[in-house]
Amino acid sequence: MKVSIIINDYQKEFEVDPGEYLLDTLRNHHYTSVKRGCDNSTCGACTVLLDGKPVPSCSLLTVKANGHNITTVEGIQEEASSLSKHFGHEGADQCGYCNPSLALTVHAMRRELINPSDEDIKQYLVGNLCRCTGYEAQHRATKSYLEEIK
Amino acid sequence: MKVVNQGLPSIDGRGLMMGKKAYTDDLADADSLIVKVLRSPHPYAKIVKIDTSKADALYGVELILTHKDFDRRPFTRAGQGYPEPSPHDKFVLDEYVRYIGDEVCAVAAISEKIASKAISLIEVSYDVLEPVLDFEQAIDNDVVIHPEPEIHEMFPIGFEPKRNIAAAYSMEVGNVESELAECDVVIDETFYTQAQQHMMMEPHTVNARIDYQSRLVIYSSTQTPVHVRRIISQALDYPLSKIRVIKPRVGGGFGGKQALHGELLVSKVTLLTGKPSKMVYTRKEVFESSYSRHPMKIDIKLGAMKDGTLRAIDCKILSDTGAYGEHALTVFMVAGSKVLPLYNKVKAVKFYGDVVYTNHTPAGAFRGYGAIQGNYALESAVDILCEQLQIDPIVFRQKNMILEGETSPIFEIMGEGTEGTAMIMESCKLDYCVKRGLELIDWTNKYPSKLMNGSIKKGVGMAIAMQGSGIPYIDMAAATIKLNDDGFYNLLIGATDIGQGSDTILAQIAAEELGTTLDQMIVYSSDSDLTPFDTGAYASSTTYVSGNAVMNAAREMKKMLIEEAERALKCKVTFDGVTFTGEDGKEITLKNLSNRLYYNEDQKQLTATSSYVGHKSPPPFMAGFVEIDVDMETGEFEIQDYVSVVDCGTTINPKLALGQVEGGIMQGIGMAVYEDVKISDKGKMISNSLLNYRIPTRVEVKKLTTEFADSYEDSGPFGAKSVGEIGIDTPPAAIANAIYNATGVRINSLPITPEKILKGIKERKDAKR
Repeated sequence: MKVSIIINDYQKEFEVDPGEYLLDTLRNHHYTSVKRGCDNSTCGACTVLLDGKPVPSCSLLTVKANGHNITTVEGIQEEASSLSKHFGHEGADQCGYCNPSLALTVHAMRRELINPSDEDIKQYLVGNLCRCTGYEAQHRATKSYLEEIK
Repeated sequence: MKVVNQGLPSIDGRGLMMGKKAYTDDLADADSLIVKVLRSPHPYAKIVKIDTSKADALYGVELILTHKDFDRRPFTRAGQGYPEPSPHDKFVLDEYVRYIGDEVCAVAAISEKIASKAISLIEVSYDVLEPVLDFEQAIDNDVVIHPEPEIHEMFPIGFEPKRNIAAAYSMEVGNVESELAECDVVIDETFYTQAQQHMMMEPHTVNARIDYQSRLVIYSSTQTPVHVRRIISQALDYPLSKIRVIKPRVGGGFGGKQALHGELLVSKVTLLTGKPSKMVYTRKEVFESSYSRHPMKIDIKLGAMKDGTLRAIDCKILSDTGAYGEHALTVFMVAGSKVLPLYNKVKAVKFYGDVVYTNHTPAGAFRGYGAIQGNYALESAVDILCEQLQIDPIVFRQKNMILEGETSPIFEIMGEGTEGTAMIMESCKLDYCVKRGLELIDWTNKYPSKLMNGSIKKGVGMAIAMQGSGIPYIDMAAATIKLNDDGFYNLLIGATDIGQGSDTILAQIAAEELGTTLDQMIVYSSDSDLTPFDTGAYASSTTYVSGNAVMNAAREMKKMLIEEAERALKCKVTFDGVTFTGEDGKEITLKNLSNRLYYNEDQKQLTATSSYVGHKSPPPFMAGFVEIDVDMETGEFEIQDYVSVVDCGTTINPKLALGQVEGGIMQGIGMAVYEDVKISDKGKMISNSLLNYRIPTRVEVKKLTTEFADSYEDSGPFGAKSVGEIGIDTPPAAIANAIYNATGVRINSLPITPEKILKGIKERKDAKR
């Protein structure tokens, strides 16, 4: 069936199976920044923004995105670049596999929360798992990014 | 130093955050055949018949592979130096399946949907066999897991497949029995450690194509590209010279990607069809069908004198390697060789035991590599001993632990699968690590415990640990530095960046030695056709072994540059990284010298290649301290702070080294308290998804405090030792000790759960009544 989705501000049309998940549709159409991690919406690596809210694309049927806005990290390149400066400074980069999804979630958090506390930040990002860093450096980097763009 | 010991940003961090195509599956050919595997529903069975007729008839199915498509050519997927210390006990596909999730056959089809449909249409009849599911019942069981005649060891590792023994080992220094008999206090304890999943975020991923030169080109998410190339060649009997293995960015490894997983099936599909193919493990496959950490039963006896002198250690281990013997012997040996030398003043030490086959998901390499298991047992046992001696565990450790300038006979006796290498601890700041850790955790005010509000008790605990820096005389690394016109460089290395940041820190070493900045050192790594040899990212080898190779290559390049500058200026010169200055005051910049060399005069390419193999494996050391709050009514506990003080010599990049330690600590905490591979009594892995296998998220641990000791290892590049694994070792013992100090409950099996603690609290209450 045909779906029409606005991806990073561009109208796109895809022919998809009714049972197809958005993660597969996106990766099949070269949006490879969206990563496959766990297959059951627990790791956060496949996060995209659906009308500005972070959702796991591995469990969102593509047909459900019909007519909606989807943002991948390609749609927030400037923000991702500026967040990456803070990650670099704090040594928060390791394998980087989950970083595009984390950038999207941080972007959504920034719009949603005003002056978040340490605990607010951790809770908002809790669905974005990382197995490399132990989270401390990511937390420091996220905080200093939020501080800078205030 | 301007570049080394600076916390510079990773060279790839920005691009990866912005979502550039960089990982294995991002680079798969768009028209790749999808390879899917039909996996065994039985823990042990002989395949009687595979009927593929319905699947064959399906539109879009290109190929179905069964064991009949492969020669009987046993190999090991382990991904270690050759000849491997792991038994050659695996066939690409076999007529036996040995665990739930083992490979039965593979399908290659034009889409994921068709491949999955084809899998469901294949009919397999099995002769279901009785499995061995209790590793303590494996030896001399009536059921033999590996009856096949072709399997073999590459050199003596104690391989006795008829007895279900994959490997065995024993060694003794002095006479443990007679020493223990003379000790004032002897403790005898048994510890169990569980399997643990690596849970790297990127699943095992591989793709292949035949390129325009008719070569098999593999992209693989691997820690060991040269081993991947060699094992594909050996297992498929295909010339090594026709295989190119490229490792793109890797989404984490932790040992899980040291071995081969989908590479052989994907290679076979592409070789037979001539078409590109790819495979991405589902997370369920990663859990059930890759490999996990070796579960162990550890019997340990410690004997000491009343004055607190540790006199003898007896350590017997039974390790479960599951269905295949990948890393069976070497993980086992590291549980001794990178644990027991911590207490080097003992008069006698014995280390022995077996690694057994079971019908479980195989075990394999995992950060810590046996040391975390051994450390949990030894460092828990030390606290138990101290209580019996009524000696402070800190004082006891300070009296008995290894110090700078000392050695242990174990270094010479135990290597990884072979004999070891004698070495003196030229750099060992363990005494500082302990002292500083005590301050940071505020030990004196908190030890052993404090009653807080309500039912909460605060406890502190600690453990010390060591690891290694590569495998001496086995792990080899090489580096090439190429000067380009305009005066910038390429650093070409076989070393394998799997997210730990080795491309960045190796470029820092090269840039420091050549006096340039990081942006002038453009790195390409891990392409078997283009980069020099390196055994790969494992055994904490990269900073020390690959780092030394890079430093040597940079020194070589510097020598060449000075020669060329002297030829150009016709006098002796000095070089500051940018400009060559002659004795007579004349100058030429590196930029001008390079352009002269490539375009104008004395034309030649400057390329320096060097290699390195370790003559020893200087251990990084650490002391780990943990503060926990336990609810005495529920057994639940929270980690308030984990303090790590680490001696890894010079930190080439302090920020990235910190990330290695903190990531290791969190993974060690995961093993200590959350993560448990649960298997049903029928042999089925229950914890086969992230929904029921819990890894730490960003909310559980309140604080990590990490510092580095001021230390310099003379044999390392700029004084560095490796730091990839050391962080993972201390949490199980430190947390177990803290729980004991808070509650009086000793947990001798991992993970340390509220249920076990509460049970212990109840038992203690009942005993008092």
